[in-house]
Amino acid sequence: MTVTQEQHFAFLLHLGDDALVLGQRLGAWCGHGPILEEDIALTNLALDCIGQARTLLTRAGQVEGQGRTEDDLAYLREERAFRNHLLVELPNGDFGDTLMRHLLYSTFAYHRMVHFAGQTFDQPLAEIAARAVKELAYHKAHAADWVIRLGDGTRESHDRVQSSLLRLWPYTGELFLPHPVDAAAAEVGLLPPAPVLQAAWDAEINPVLEAATLTRPADGWMHRGGKDGVHTEHMGYLLAEMQSIARSHPGATW
Amino acid sequence: MATQPTDWPLWEIFVRSRQGLGHRHVGSLHAADAAMAIQNARDVYTRRQEGVSIWVVPAEQIVASAPGDKEALFDPSDDKIYRHPTFYVLPDAVKHM
Repeated sequence: MTVTQEQHFAFLLHLGDDALVLGQRLGAWCGHGPILEEDIALTNLALDCIGQARTLLTRAGQVEGQGRTEDDLAYLREERAFRNHLLVELPNGDFGDTLMRHLLYSTFAYHRMVHFAGQTFDQPLAEIAARAVKELAYHKAHAADWVIRLGDGTRESHDRVQSSLLRLWPYTGELFLPHPVDAAAAEVGLLPPAPVLQAAWDAEINPVLEAATLTRPADGWMHRGGKDGVHTEHMGYLLAEMQSIARSHPGATW
Repeated sequence: MATQPTDWPLWEIFVRSRQGLGHRHVGSLHAADAAMAIQNARDVYTRRQEGVSIWVVPAEQIVASAPGDKEALFDPSDDKIYRHPTFYVLPDAVKHM
């Protein structure tokens, strides 16, 4: 039971990219929230994600051992080198789309992070996770709260957030589908088995959807590719915007 | 902002700081109900480690003294300085006076 340095690095990169790309997406809500209070709330969520990305990518750089920093990894990799789930790179859509995506992802991320906090294979990751667990507990609660309000709200808000769920659902399979990166991590106890993770996710998502009077879509064909660097057509634009300053002014500081 | 939350009630927010003994009024915000008011207060008023506890109160539930009653309410205490604890030595054991 062992994991190569390369596999360990790939796994941490995958974790860091999830947080980084979602943080970049959420950051775009700054100044565009439906109300001032929620505008600040979304920005807080974005900052939590960026904070997690910084620590995770720094840890990834340490494990890789090539001297790459969090900034090198965030700003100087090409699209094909990013290993995030497709779900987090999808466009924000409307407020309901963003909160539904956040519910689906942060509930998953929370349970994954709880496991990281308790494992002993990677102690620095456990320390990162201990903090992130508290943040993600708030993320999933806040998202669940809004999904319930929208789903169980007016006829229009119900229909719109139901269609958000339908559009996003085919991107949830990738969270649990077997993948070599996850398999290696699971071997050394870094990850719980996918069925365990999915059961924990189901146990939280189902009651929220029920309270929101939403219908859980049937599991059909699922998109995948993020963990192999094969992204949606939206990813290039996201990276172009996120990386443009760093690439225009290499090594600049303030 | 795309729309104004004109139909959401106003809430007054009170936060107890780490060192503070009581909740202090920090501001107000709009929210549809108490649960949302707590979440919004957390996001708006405790971003910089300001608090360990939050109270939210519907603004309409607060009864304020009338500005016109100011003289009758507060001026009579102007000439009663003996009400201040300045005429005797406080024992060291008494804290938070």
